[in-house]
Amino acid sequence: METDFKNGKELLQLCQEQNCAISEAMKRREWAQGELEPEEGMRRMRKVLKIMKESCRTPLQAPRKSVGGLIGGEARKLNRLREEGKSLCGGMLNRAAAYAMATLEVNASMGLIVAAPTAGASGVVPGVLLAMQDVYGLSDAQLTEGLFNAGAIGYLAMRNATVAGAVGGCQAEVGVASAMAASAAVQLMGGSPGQCLEAASAALMHMLGLVCDPIGGLVECPCQGRNAAGAANALTAAELALAGIRQPIPFDEMLGVMYATGRKLPPELRETAMGGCAAAPSGCRYAKSMGLPCP
Amino acid sequence: MSWISVFDVLGPNMIGPSSSHTAGAVSMARLARGLAVGKLKRVEFILYGSFARTYQGHGTDRALLGGIMGFRPDDRRIPDSFAIADRIGLEYSFVPDRTETDLHPNTADMVITSEDGRVMRIRGESLGGGKVRITRINEAEVDITGEYETIVVMHEDKPGAAAHITRCLSEAGANIAFMKLFRESRGSMACSVVELDGQIPAKAAEDIRNHPCVRDVMLLRR
Repeated sequence: METDFKNGKELLQLCQEQNCAISEAMKRREWAQGELEPEEGMRRMRKVLKIMKESCRTPLQAPRKSVGGLIGGEARKLNRLREEGKSLCGGMLNRAAAYAMATLEVNASMGLIVAAPTAGASGVVPGVLLAMQDVYGLSDAQLTEGLFNAGAIGYLAMRNATVAGAVGGCQAEVGVASAMAASAAVQLMGGSPGQCLEAASAALMHMLGLVCDPIGGLVECPCQGRNAAGAANALTAAELALAGIRQPIPFDEMLGVMYATGRKLPPELRETAMGGCAAAPSGCRYAKSMGLPCP
Repeated sequence: MSWISVFDVLGPNMIGPSSSHTAGAVSMARLARGLAVGKLKRVEFILYGSFARTYQGHGTDRALLGGIMGFRPDDRRIPDSFAIADRIGLEYSFVPDRTETDLHPNTADMVITSEDGRVMRIRGESLGGGKVRITRINEAEVDITGEYETIVVMHEDKPGAAAHITRCLSEAGANIAFMKLFRESRGSMACSVVELDGQIPAKAAEDIRNHPCVRDVMLLRR
């Protein structure tokens, strides 16, 4: 049985020929070509989910200040807004944003997270998946399938473009994470593999050009808020795909566009803390007060 | 890039905030710990490039110290590594070097003093996504990733040394994935790095030690 796929087109072909979901195609590739036996691989993915749950939930009860001091407590505030019945965005989006920001808080305070695909973008995928679990009562087994689906999208981005902010800006980190989450969300809602890739393509398109400009070079601000935005974007992109809205630019092309755009970003806007928010007077003042880099 | 697993995408499981500045720092120091001999007395970390500028905000200092104590990147003790080192009597210091710019941006030298007084200087680079490599052991330029079980042999640069190493391994039934020989820039020592498929047989390591040319055998287990 063929298990290899090098791009979205080949992935869709595999899914069609073998009549399987993207998550299943990714699992078959992993078991056939990777080092892990299926049992061990599934155990590891359940551990990934367990760490994600913890990093999404702990800050709602026990917020912690980040090492750099720029963030801490945002997730609890968002959660309280919803609990008090005052949420503007409602249950799904409020939860996804709160969980995404919670994970970045854990990350910035030296807690345990799963890079997805990077530490700086680690909140988007768990944020969306756990919000869906809360709202739709999905099982852990279903979320694990979602993670394999997201993994397929992230693998294609790593293989055919980049997920490094220093190479492609934030669009390569939060943008790709958003595409991963969007695709997983579509599968979990019963969408087809084709719709998953439509959602991933839309998510990348909506975040195209996003720069990486961390204040003081720390993974705190604007990273944390952008994870919430990435989760919101993933839900939007998934909703479009589920509604049957087609994207004129297929996923593979969109990855290429993202990569080419990233390489055209000036170095100041690629994780060097020399441009964007990092160069704003307030961002610079903060960085200087901490002895951190700024222009 | 080599084959990409789903756990390269959803992973590593790591203590934040940065795969290069935190998780990678843990991994490179853990490799250095494997290369050092005996109980450690003190370690000095010399930080270059981006490490030198942002190490405190990324917890790179605590990560390096945790790695030297054998922690893995997902070890929850990493934030407390200063206190743990103090408790076990391991001395440590951090020296940012902002003048040296001709290196990979995330580089650290780890100067490790064992209780018997031996000093090793090991250089690590954090390559992104938690991947690392060791590029120098004392005067020898090397390339060690720790992705395989690895045997590092410091030996005199004489004929027969490499043959001895491969013979010991083949007799123990070990399959060599890669083998590289590095020479010190000065002196007569060489460093052979052997990466294996599967585990290092304990017997092979013992046999390799048993040769007049061989000074040290270090094992990096996964």
